[in-house]
Amino acid sequence: MEVAVAVLTGVFFFVSIYLILSRHIIRILLGIAMLGNGVNLTIFTAGRITREVPPIIGADAYVPLEGIANPLPQALVLTAIVIAFSFFAFLLVLVFRTYQELDTDDTGEMRYAEPRDEETPPLGY
Amino acid sequence: MRTLIFRTVAPYLTSLMVLYSVFVLLRGHNEPGGGFIGGLIAASALAIYGIACGVSPVRRAIRFHPMAIAGFGLFLAAFAGVISIFVDVPFLTGLWIYPVLFGVELKLSTTLIFDIGVYLVVLGSITSTALALEERERD
Amino acid sequence: MATTEKPDVILEDAFVLAEPALADWFIAGPLILGFMFGSLCLMQRKNTLLQARIAIVGLVLMLLADIGLFLNVLENGTVVMTMGRWFPPFGITFAADMLGATFALIAGIVGLAGGIYGLSDIDDTGRRYGFYPFLLLMMAGVTSAFLTGDIFNLYVWFEVLLIASFGLIILGSEREQLDGATKYAVLNLVATTLFLIGVAYLYGIFGTLNMADIARKAPALQNTGPHFTIAILFLFAFGMKAAAFPLNAWLPASYHTPRIAVSALFAGLLTKVGIYALLRIFMTMFPEDRQELALLIAIVAALTMLLGALGAIAQTDIRRLMGYLVISGIGLMLAGLALGSQIGLSGTVFYSAHSMIIMTALYLLTGVMGGLMGTFDLGRAGGLYARAPWLAALCLVLIFAASGLPPFSGVWPKILLVKGAIDVGIWWLAAAILVSGLLTTIALVRMFSFSFWRPAAEEDLEAFSFADHRIAISATVGLAALTVIAGIFPEPFIQVSDRVAAELNSPTSYIEAVFGSSTEEAN
Repeated sequence: MEVAVAVLTGVFFFVSIYLILSRHIIRILLGIAMLGNGVNLTIFTAGRITREVPPIIGADAYVPLEGIANPLPQALVLTAIVIAFSFFAFLLVLVFRTYQELDTDDTGEMRYAEPRDEETPPLGY
Repeated sequence: MRTLIFRTVAPYLTSLMVLYSVFVLLRGHNEPGGGFIGGLIAASALAIYGIACGVSPVRRAIRFHPMAIAGFGLFLAAFAGVISIFVDVPFLTGLWIYPVLFGVELKLSTTLIFDIGVYLVVLGSITSTALALEERERD
Repeated sequence: MATTEKPDVILEDAFVLAEPALADWFIAGPLILGFMFGSLCLMQRKNTLLQARIAIVGLVLMLLADIGLFLNVLENGTVVMTMGRWFPPFGITFAADMLGATFALIAGIVGLAGGIYGLSDIDDTGRRYGFYPFLLLMMAGVTSAFLTGDIFNLYVWFEVLLIASFGLIILGSEREQLDGATKYAVLNLVATTLFLIGVAYLYGIFGTLNMADIARKAPALQNTGPHFTIAILFLFAFGMKAAAFPLNAWLPASYHTPRIAVSALFAGLLTKVGIYALLRIFMTMFPEDRQELALLIAIVAALTMLLGALGAIAQTDIRRLMGYLVISGIGLMLAGLALGSQIGLSGTVFYSAHSMIIMTALYLLTGVMGGLMGTFDLGRAGGLYARAPWLAALCLVLIFAASGLPPFSGVWPKILLVKGAIDVGIWWLAAAILVSGLLTTIALVRMFSFSFWRPAAEEDLEAFSFADHRIAISATVGLAALTVIAGIFPEPFIQVSDRVAAELNSPTSYIEAVFGSSTEEAN
């Protein structure tokens, strides 16, 4: 099971890196979203995929019975999903605004902060 | 989207969803649910209302600015952790009281206050984003 | 769930039952205060004046909490608080050793200075868009990142400070800002995601996320897993955060676009969180991997400081010049990490503290100068000396301090670093430190001579008056006073940084403080 998920994670990373290397900001954004999902799967796999039994300890026991799911990666993934979700929402708005203002989604054309034809610094008075 | 049917149904749908979100929030202590998902449900309720009836009725209906609601939630969550300073336990320790009201025992805790804070943060920030996007759409 | 019987669980098995001393609360203070005052500001959206007052009160209280924490750690050693009482490897622990407490203290000072500067620099619109709430959230994130003892929690604080910094960097929504913010946001997000990948692998190998627990288990698992891969991933992620050489492109693309108060805070705080994380990970958790990576880190350090300083010389815009100087300073901090010796680490810690103060002060000064000249362009700058000779004095103090010339605070950490490099015979690193100091001096002095000595290009400069800048200048003078003090009386500062270095070199005290007496039992 871990192997299958590991391969899937690899595919996620592959796709996301391919997308991030693009010049178009919307593809980069999609790549980042994919990357977040890949990482979540990595965390999930790192916690070992054991059983689909909920990690609940019965009223009369102190330790869980055999074979429960590892709850910690789920908590970590949940946190990471929430964070990735809010960042994606923010980036989406930011990129949309940038596209409206700069009138381009090509990162090569986005040169307002670092103008291409910048003067050289003065060499003397 | 402003069809007659949708506009007629939307207020009822919204109030039902908000009610359900509170239910999800409260049941979150021992069962699936909680502040985050409850807040999302409430935020989508307001978003539906916004789609059906326009953004300004939503803003009037919630009285406060969404970010102010989020701020209040954040304050509440932080406050829930700080209560533990008064009983000499570390920050964010869950504290419980079991008052009996009309013969029913209520299990109240600082975790509940924290969860309500989360609910308000999610409700406020998502509503704020959603309303901003809806406003832009009409321009 | 209708039953009313209370659970009879033995609490000692799951909880830290010791009552925390009231002084221990200082460790949670910055986090609580940041969130509480930030949310109060958020609730006062329209009332911008009240917002500013609340924020300043909050920042002062945060600084006081930082000072309290620092004194507590100085006296009693590492302070630990386990959130929610759960036993350390399971619950999230906040652990402040000297490193964390020192960085938190300096961050508190920088945050207050930025907040005060914002009183004059940020107008009502900026405040309505949330300058102060974001500032307080960012401060909470930065300080908690310095204090947390759990690596996943460190990731969460990185994201908190990142989202707050996103809010700050687009304050105003001008074209340049949107352009800069996009690059800043994308690259920083990729860096934190890489960090998270590292955390995932770390969890897969160690089964724990508590830094002290990992440090305890690291030697035993040294050769069993992809230990080295994780170390490289962290180096890459935090090198990107800290803007170390091949990964520095986002910094000069974005740091000059926001308001000056925001740039100053970023320059003082954000890259240094990356340095802190590198120190924490490579000194406390993976000391052996650091030794193997030492040469790589040293090369990166030398290139970062030299190319940063060279980049500064090539700039026409004063704000961008400062951005490159931030990068150059990062190189110096990495140099100490590469050395790993007592003296090198001491130099790194001292230099980080110095750089946080001085880069903030330089940006604030840039803001004042730009406000008085009406431009940040070196080609059109001029005429400041005739109008404000004392501002020239202030500027010279900061220039000397930043270039590492006596008698200001920059000189001592550089002496430590150069000595550390020569001690182990890495002469080229020592040479790089000295040459980068020279290049920094050239860049800054040229900025000085153009803006102060050259006659003003335009005559209507009187339109920009001093009255607008009184508060701003007071914040800058406060920071400059600190560098003068640290330059003339370096002894206590070097003692503190020596102690930080000593603690970093032997992480046992940190581990013991987190686990207390339960160390053996938990194994």
